[in-house]
Amino acid sequence: MSEPLLAVEGLSKEFTLHLQGGVRLPVLRGVSLTVRAGECVALTGPSGAGKSTLMRALYGNYLPGRGRILVRHHGRLVDLAAASPREIVAVRRETVGYVSQFLRVIPRVPARAIVAEPLRAAGMDAAASEREAERLLARLNLPQRLWSLPPATFSGGEQQRVNLARGFAFPYPVMLVDEPTASLDPANAEVAVGLIQEAKARGAAIVGIFHDADVRRAVATREHPVVPLAAAA
Amino acid sequence: MSDAPLLSVRELTVRFGRTLAVDRASFELWPGEVLAIVGESGSGKTSLLRAVHGDLPADGGCVQYRLDDGALVALDELPEPMRRQLARTQWGFVHQNPRDGLRMAISAGGNVGERLMAAGARHWGRIRAEATEWLRRVEIDPARIDDPPRTYSGGMQQRLQIARVLVTRPRLVLMDEPTGGLDVSVQARLLDLIRRLVSDLGLSAVIVTHDLAVARLLADRMLVMQGGRIVEAGLTDQVLDDPQHPYSQLLVSSVLQA
Repeated sequence: MSEPLLAVEGLSKEFTLHLQGGVRLPVLRGVSLTVRAGECVALTGPSGAGKSTLMRALYGNYLPGRGRILVRHHGRLVDLAAASPREIVAVRRETVGYVSQFLRVIPRVPARAIVAEPLRAAGMDAAASEREAERLLARLNLPQRLWSLPPATFSGGEQQRVNLARGFAFPYPVMLVDEPTASLDPANAEVAVGLIQEAKARGAAIVGIFHDADVRRAVATREHPVVPLAAAA
Repeated sequence: MSDAPLLSVRELTVRFGRTLAVDRASFELWPGEVLAIVGESGSGKTSLLRAVHGDLPADGGCVQYRLDDGALVALDELPEPMRRQLARTQWGFVHQNPRDGLRMAISAGGNVGERLMAAGARHWGRIRAEATEWLRRVEIDPARIDDPPRTYSGGMQQRLQIARVLVTRPRLVLMDEPTGGLDVSVQARLLDLIRRLVSDLGLSAVIVTHDLAVARLLADRMLVMQGGRIVEAGLTDQVLDDPQHPYSQLLVSSVLQA
């Protein structure tokens, strides 16, 4: 069996709310999870169980309390729970991609450039990265007249498609996918499923949250339940 | 990714009389990296920036800079002419108020050309061509090249100041609230411009701002200052989305959602 691309070992996360008198909110305790090339692990569990918290910790967006998050980056294992901010920036540029539910719009930057940005950051030249961006936007059925416009005024579904195109533009070995089809119509949800299947086929290790049961059945190779701590206690 | 920092600030301390404006601040900046320093007014962020630039005398600690040849030198040990040469060519400072960074009575082209001449350029035609090119890059109509900046709007003045600073291709740019005094619509344009120039030129930059959205948009890493001290440092989105220090949590939770 192939080497794991992502290995989470005993991960715990607790929030301390200093403005609420130092209340502690434990969300994750002792989470362990291994994902190999070509696997897509669906996180399951009720709303509030900590699925999104786990995803954000895996991206270095939330600071883990205890445990390790090992990612294979350029052939060596990097522990994101202990990595410096600069190492995390490097891992995000070439190894771990994150497709969130919402697009963070940058004033004045057109859709095409938003999608091309991860390719530019990884070193692709401007013309080639824009061609690839256009190919993805076309595949996600975003009307061509929108490509040169900033997405601030786009509909929710259009913004999500820009976000998906951006997330899948670079072939990250590890991908975190949070509700990729939440505001998509069936035809575009089908395209999103296709993108995930292709990522698996090229050997990506994927962790995702898929509320839609049909989408989950279509893409997940297995499920990993995230148990709310109150219920586990 | 380079493993040697361009700038290394160690235990830098600045006093105003009995007040400790900057209390043992330490950070490093790597080539191509953008670092934001955030905090409310009076937190010491501008004093820290000015002390790094050498505009405020330090009462302790040191600022080290990596020269082109790879040597890391303490700025206060450099001979004064060499420091001035660095400030004219390799470093740039963008002031919050463009009036502090421009000469208001000479032409826009003169403002940009002056810094080129200070860096050694002598050929008038080439200086003018370069100034024209930089006006275009900061989205100022080159037809305005002979107008003095006092005839410009606030947003244009700020863009002109940025052109004046970047024309010598500095390696390190320090910015003090670069979007501070501007209307929101003008801010967006300037932010996009700064973002693009920093990435195209591979600049290293330190940006002082009280605006967390500016930090999120521009910076890889950020420092949070309170009462002269750095209370939290980390990846920009991590500090903003999962702040650890009570003051960072207060700062993040105080932002109005538009």
